[in-house]
Amino acid sequence: MIASEPTVVRGLRAAEAAPRRRRANLWVGLSYVLLTVGALAMVFPFLWMLLSSFKPYREILSFQILPERFTLANYVEVVTGTAFPQWFLNSLIVAVGTTASVLFFCALVGYVLATLKFPYKNLIFILILSTLMVPTEMLVIPWFVMSAEYGWVNTYWGLMFPGLIPGFGVFLMRQFFQTLPRDLFDAGRIDGVSEFGLFWRIGLPLVGPGLAALGIFAFIGNWNAYLWPLIVGQRPEMRTIPVGISNFSGEAATQWNLIMSASSLAIVPVLIIFLIFQKQIIEGVVLTGVKG
Amino acid sequence: MTSTQPERRRRSLSLAHREALWAYIFLAIPIVFYGFIRFWPALQSFYLSLFTWHIDPAQRTFVGLGYYRELLENPVFHQALRNTFQYAVITVPASMALGLGIALMLQAVARGRSAFRAIYFAPYITPAVAVAWVWGWMYNYNYGIINTLLIEWYVFLERFGLERLAIDPQRFLTDPNLALFSVAVVVIWQQLGFQVVIFLAGLQGIPRIYYEAARIDGATPWDLFRHVTLPLLNPVIVFSVVITTINALQLFDQIVNINFTDQGGPLNRTLSIALYMYQEAFGRARLGYAAAVTVVLFAIILVVTLIQLRLTQRRVEY
Repeated sequence: MIASEPTVVRGLRAAEAAPRRRRANLWVGLSYVLLTVGALAMVFPFLWMLLSSFKPYREILSFQILPERFTLANYVEVVTGTAFPQWFLNSLIVAVGTTASVLFFCALVGYVLATLKFPYKNLIFILILSTLMVPTEMLVIPWFVMSAEYGWVNTYWGLMFPGLIPGFGVFLMRQFFQTLPRDLFDAGRIDGVSEFGLFWRIGLPLVGPGLAALGIFAFIGNWNAYLWPLIVGQRPEMRTIPVGISNFSGEAATQWNLIMSASSLAIVPVLIIFLIFQKQIIEGVVLTGVKG
Repeated sequence: MTSTQPERRRRSLSLAHREALWAYIFLAIPIVFYGFIRFWPALQSFYLSLFTWHIDPAQRTFVGLGYYRELLENPVFHQALRNTFQYAVITVPASMALGLGIALMLQAVARGRSAFRAIYFAPYITPAVAVAWVWGWMYNYNYGIINTLLIEWYVFLERFGLERLAIDPQRFLTDPNLALFSVAVVVIWQQLGFQVVIFLAGLQGIPRIYYEAARIDGATPWDLFRHVTLPLLNPVIVFSVVITTINALQLFDQIVNINFTDQGGPLNRTLSIALYMYQEAFGRARLGYAAAVTVVLFAIILVVTLIQLRLTQRRVEY
């Protein structure tokens, strides 16, 4: 009798906790179901794009979900029959070139603002931050006027110059450099390290995660950029991928299968980068809220 | 002894000078960049909006605030303004509510959290131009998968005599009453992952002990959400509202490409301020007028941001 008492108490407690646990389990189960449904909705457009890109032209206009026979003809057509390889190369040059500049200059300015003492430091920082309030739309017209005047239209420099030192990158790198102790640089200074060496050899290796996030954002942002490349890269051989795709309908007379192949070729590299650098990208978004 | 003191002071002074000198050497190129590529063009937008456009500056005529007066009266601009606000009013709350809901569910599940998060986030970083073409294809009236599925659904229901429950195929992008909403869905689809990621980070930053304390006091799950989760998420909500509203007010890529043969159409029902600016500047070579449009857009973004920061920060205090 006495021995059974704890069991009774335990049973009572369990009875009390059971509804709550059941409710919690229900919530977890429901979450899985809803998350899966949502995930299908998120994935479906990608899947549909890929499926359509493997269908022959005649099949794409039939009401069939899976391609009857897979064909790579659309991809062959996009790569050999259009300027797509040139657009791909242009996008790569612009994205890599801009990213290199972003990494170097944003880190340098971030370092200077975070660790050096000099007059008007706060003013300069506030001025750089204030550029974040100005929408790109407001700048493209003067940029275009400027580019026309200096012959930058239809050049790589013309495509790249607006994004060389973005304000959000300066802000991000300043945050990272501020976490480093100032003594570190004073010690280096006493050891006779040059001022540039303090930045390049002591500071920079310690802000790797910041550089990784910034570099990925700069690359993706420039890879995806549309408004400015549309304005400044008008000649067919100076188009980037997004501009090329949007001019595609004219060239291909809405051959949807070709457009879907070209879109796949534009999206897949970004998805691969995302899968590799998922952690850095998501941390970077949380930190800055910017996509490039 | 007495001579070393001023000497040291001079030396430290010169050290400070040296540091400042190096700072400005490092900042030389960035200062030129910001002055020439960011500040000067921003000021120039105001200036250009006061003149008719001509390549040769000598041939531009001063119109003063004439273009701003035109903006007050131009019905197409008003339509673009209304549409842009509608995009913001639809996409911001919808993507935030869905994003918060998904983040809460992700917190509940133990397995597959990062896989789900990756799936929801992927559209956010894919090129908006390609995304718009894919959705344009899915929305296609004759061949789009959505209408195909609606027809299949009808056929399925017909077998049971339930045709009343079917939905007719829709002209998603050519029906003036539906087009803006169809575009908004694409924007929400693309924006959702951003909301999920920052809300999840926000939720993970709330100490569990608050929930346990409240639960001991007999709080229901709704109480927990209303009085613990929401107030503590406030900074994240502010951050998200500001950023997604600014993005919504600048919509361009999707609108141009989803309805490529009738950009901004049907009947200007999907036209945004950014697209209107682009059409006036580069379609009609009215750069002065388009500059005035961008000045107005700038003012709107500034005011909306300041109002939102004011309103949402006040709630933090209690």
